[in-house]
Amino acid sequence: MPGSVGIVSDSLVQARGLRKRFGRFEAVRGIDIDVWAGEVFGFLGPNGAGKSSTMRMIACVSPRSDGELQVLGMDPDVDGPQIRGRLGVVPQQDNLDTELSVRDNLHVYGRYFGMSRAAVRARAAELLDFVQLTDRADDPLEQLSGGMKRRLTIARSLINDPELMLLDEPTTGLDPQARHLLWDRLFRLKQQGVTLIISTHYMDEAEQLCDRLVVMDGGLIVAEGSPRELIARYSTREVLELRFPPGDEHGWPETLSDLADRVEQLPDRLLLYAADGEATLAAAHRRGVQPTSTLVRRSSLEDVFLRLTGRSLVH
Amino acid sequence: MMGEPLTFADRRPVLAGWAAVLRVVEGLWTWYRRNWRAAVVSSVLQPLLMLMAFGIGFGSLIDTSARAAQATGGVRYLVYLAPALLAVSAVQTAAFESSYPILSSFKWRRTYEAVTATPITPGQLAVGQLTWIALRLIMSGGAYLLVIMLFGAVRGPGVLAAWVFAVLCGMAFSALLVAFSAAQEQEGGAFTAIFRFVVLPMTLFSGTFFPISQLPRVVQPLAWVSPLWHGTELARGAALGTLQLSAAAGHLGYLVALLVVGVQLTRWQFRVRLTR
Amino acid sequence: MTALRELSREFDASRAALLVRVLPPGLYAGRARMLVLRSALASRSVWLAVVSGFFEPLFYLMAMGQGLGSLVGTVSGPAGQQLSYAAFIAPGLLAASAMNGAVYDATFSFFIKLKYAKLYDAMLATPLGPVDIALGEIGWALLRGGMYSAGFLGIMLAVGLIFSPWGLLALPAALFVAFAFASIGIATTSFMRSWQDFDLVQLAVVPMFLFSATFFPLSVYPSAVQWLVQAFPLYHAVSLMRSLTTGAVGWSALGHLAYFAVMATVGFLVASRRLTTLLLR
Repeated sequence: MPGSVGIVSDSLVQARGLRKRFGRFEAVRGIDIDVWAGEVFGFLGPNGAGKSSTMRMIACVSPRSDGELQVLGMDPDVDGPQIRGRLGVVPQQDNLDTELSVRDNLHVYGRYFGMSRAAVRARAAELLDFVQLTDRADDPLEQLSGGMKRRLTIARSLINDPELMLLDEPTTGLDPQARHLLWDRLFRLKQQGVTLIISTHYMDEAEQLCDRLVVMDGGLIVAEGSPRELIARYSTREVLELRFPPGDEHGWPETLSDLADRVEQLPDRLLLYAADGEATLAAAHRRGVQPTSTLVRRSSLEDVFLRLTGRSLVH
Repeated sequence: MMGEPLTFADRRPVLAGWAAVLRVVEGLWTWYRRNWRAAVVSSVLQPLLMLMAFGIGFGSLIDTSARAAQATGGVRYLVYLAPALLAVSAVQTAAFESSYPILSSFKWRRTYEAVTATPITPGQLAVGQLTWIALRLIMSGGAYLLVIMLFGAVRGPGVLAAWVFAVLCGMAFSALLVAFSAAQEQEGGAFTAIFRFVVLPMTLFSGTFFPISQLPRVVQPLAWVSPLWHGTELARGAALGTLQLSAAAGHLGYLVALLVVGVQLTRWQFRVRLTR
Repeated sequence: MTALRELSREFDASRAALLVRVLPPGLYAGRARMLVLRSALASRSVWLAVVSGFFEPLFYLMAMGQGLGSLVGTVSGPAGQQLSYAAFIAPGLLAASAMNGAVYDATFSFFIKLKYAKLYDAMLATPLGPVDIALGEIGWALLRGGMYSAGFLGIMLAVGLIFSPWGLLALPAALFVAFAFASIGIATTSFMRSWQDFDLVQLAVVPMFLFSATFFPLSVYPSAVQWLVQAFPLYHAVSLMRSLTTGAVGWSALGHLAYFAVMATVGFLVASRRLTTLLLR
C-alpha cells in the first residue's frame, strides 16, 4: 500500500447524486458510488450507459453538472491537479504520442507529474519491465501492436505511482491473448495494493477482475454488488440454453415456464434459469422438447444484465 | 516472464504556475528534438530563399531605378527587405505551428488529452504551447539573423531589436490562431482559408516588399489591421535606425494588445475543449 | 452538381476502357469518378477553402504587379519585347497556381485522408480499387486546378494581360501541368510517414516558385544557375504560359510539353503501384 492517503473516509471515490449533462442530454442521471481502498471496482454496462462520462468526472477532466463527488478525499472542482497527480488513467482510446519512442513516451509523461529526470528514468525502466516492453524501449511507436500500445498506456499511467487507477474499457479491441496478458498485469497491480476502477462492457472481464461492480444502464446504476452476489441475487445457479431450428421456438416458453425460476427468450435461443440445469433439461425432454442443441452452464453477469435491463449486452 | 514487483514512492507536491508550464515546453522540446528537420526547412530555409529571390534576384532588377530608391529611402533593396522578412518569417512560422499541429494534438494524436490527465491544467498547457511557439520563433529568428549578416544585409545592432519585435509580432498572430485552431472540429479546411485569406494577403500587403503607400489609398487601412504591418514597421525601423518613438509606442501597443487577447482566448478555448 | 457529375464521368470514361484491360482485377473498377464526386461533396462543407485557391494568384498579381511593379518599370519578354511587370509575372503566377493547387490537394489533403481519416480503407471495402483512388484524387486536384486557372485567365483577359489568341491554349496547358504535378504529388505522398515529411514538399515547391523565372527573368542568374533552374518543371510551365499569353510561341513549347508528359506518366505509374502496396497489403 502507498503511505497514508490522508482522507477522513476510507472510500477513495465517493459520489452522491452525481450527474453529467451535455446540453439537453443527460449522460449520468444521479448515481451514488463508493470505491474502497485496495479493491477492483467495475462499471459494467453497454455503450452509452454513462460509464465513460462517470470515469471522466472521477479523472477530474470533466466537471460534474450536479451532485457531490470526492476523489481521494478532495473535490475535483477545487483540487483537480492534486487529485490527478495521484491517479493513473488509461483512456478508452490510446493517446500515446505516436511520434515519439516507447521510452520517450514514459519520460515525457512522468515529467508532467513533477518527477525529477532521474526518478522518471528509473521508474520508466521498472515499468517497461513490468509490461514486458524493455526490448522495444527505443522503437518508434508505429512498430508496436495494439496490445503492446495498450500495455505501454498502462505503464505510462503507472509512472507516478498512482493510488487509484482508472481504466476505461482497457481491453476493447484486443485479441484474446493480449487481453489475458493485460488482465494478468492488472491482477498483479491489485495484489500490490493499487485500487482499480475499470469500466467495461465485457462480462468476462468484469467477472475476472472486479471485487465489486455496479451495473449501469441509461445513466443510472441498476444494481450493485460483487459478481457472485449479483449472480445470486438476479440469477440462478445454473442456466439451461436451448437452441431451436428457426421458426420452431414458438410456444415453448409457455410450455416450459413452470420448469424454471425464469425463462428468457432471445432471438436465437431460450434460456431457462434453474438451480439444477441437468434436471431441468431432463424434464424438458420429457415434455417433448426437441432443441437442435442444449447447453447447461453456470450463471454469469450476462444473465444479470439481461434480467436487469431486459436486453442482451452482446452486440 | 514476470517483471519485478513495482515500488511505490512518496507523494510529491503538484507543480504550479510556470513550473508546470515549463514541463509542457519540455515535452514539446522532446518531440522537436526528434522532428526538427521540418522546422529548419520551413522557418529558416524558406525566408532565406525569399531573401535570395527578392532581395538579390528581384533587387538586381531595380537597384538602379530612381523610383525604387525613393521608395526604399535610398538603401539597397536587400537591406530594405531583410528586416521585414524577419517579421514575415516569424508570422509564417507562427502560422504553421499554430494551425495543423494544434488541431492534430486535439483530434488525431490526442496528446493534449493525455497531458491534461496529469496535474497539468488546460490553462497551463495552453500557455506552455504558446511559450514553445515563442521559443521556436526566437530560435529560427536567430538563425535567420546569422544568415542576413552573412549576406551583408545588416547595418548595426538595431537588428537585435528587430529580432525581438519580429517575435512579438509572430506571437500576436500565433495566440489568435491557436485559439482559432483549438475551436476547429473538422479536418481543417478552415486552415486553407486562413492561409490564403489571412496569412498570404498579410505577407503581401503589409509593406514587406514595398511601402504600403504604393497601394491604392482605399486598401491602405487594411494594412493597419495586420499585425505584420506593425511588426514590419518596427523591425525595419529598428534595423535601419529610422524608428520614431511615438510610432513605435503605437505599433507596440497594438501588438501587445493582440497578444493579450489571444492568450486569454487560447486559455479559454483549451479549457472548454479539454474539460467537456 | 449535375455538371460536375458529367465532367467526372467523362474524365473516367476515357481511361476506364484501357485501364480495365491493362490492370489486374481488383485494382481498378472504372469508378474513379466516385472519388471525384466524394471530394466535390466533401468540399461543399469547406467551400471557403476551395474558393480561396482562386484568390491566391490574384493576391500575388495585385501585390507584385501593382506594388513591386511600381518600382520596376518594364521587363524583357520571351521575344525581347518590353512587358509591364504585371504582364511579365501574370503567366508565371498562372503556372505556379496550377502547380500549387495540384500539389496541395495531392499532398496535404491526400495525406490526411490516407493516414488519419482512413477514408480509403472504407472505400476499398467496396468495388473501388487503388487505381480508382489514384485517378480519382488526381482528377479532383485537376478539376480544382482547372477552375482556378480559368478564373485567373479570365482576370488576365479582363485587365489586358493577354496579348495573343494563343492565350486561349493556356487553360489546357495549365490543366496538363496540374495533372503532372498532381501525379507526382500523390506518388510522393504515398512514401510519407508523418507530417514532418511535408517540409520536403515545401522544400521542392517553394524554391521552384521563387526561382523559376516567375518574378524576374532568367537573365539575372549566372549561367550555371540558369541551367539548374531549367531542370525544374515549374520553369517549363512558366515559359510555356508566358509564350502563350504574349504570343511568342515557338518550337520550344513542344519541348516543355514533352517534359510534362514524361513527368505525368512516371508520377501516375508510381502512384498506382504505391497505393496498391499501401492499401492492399
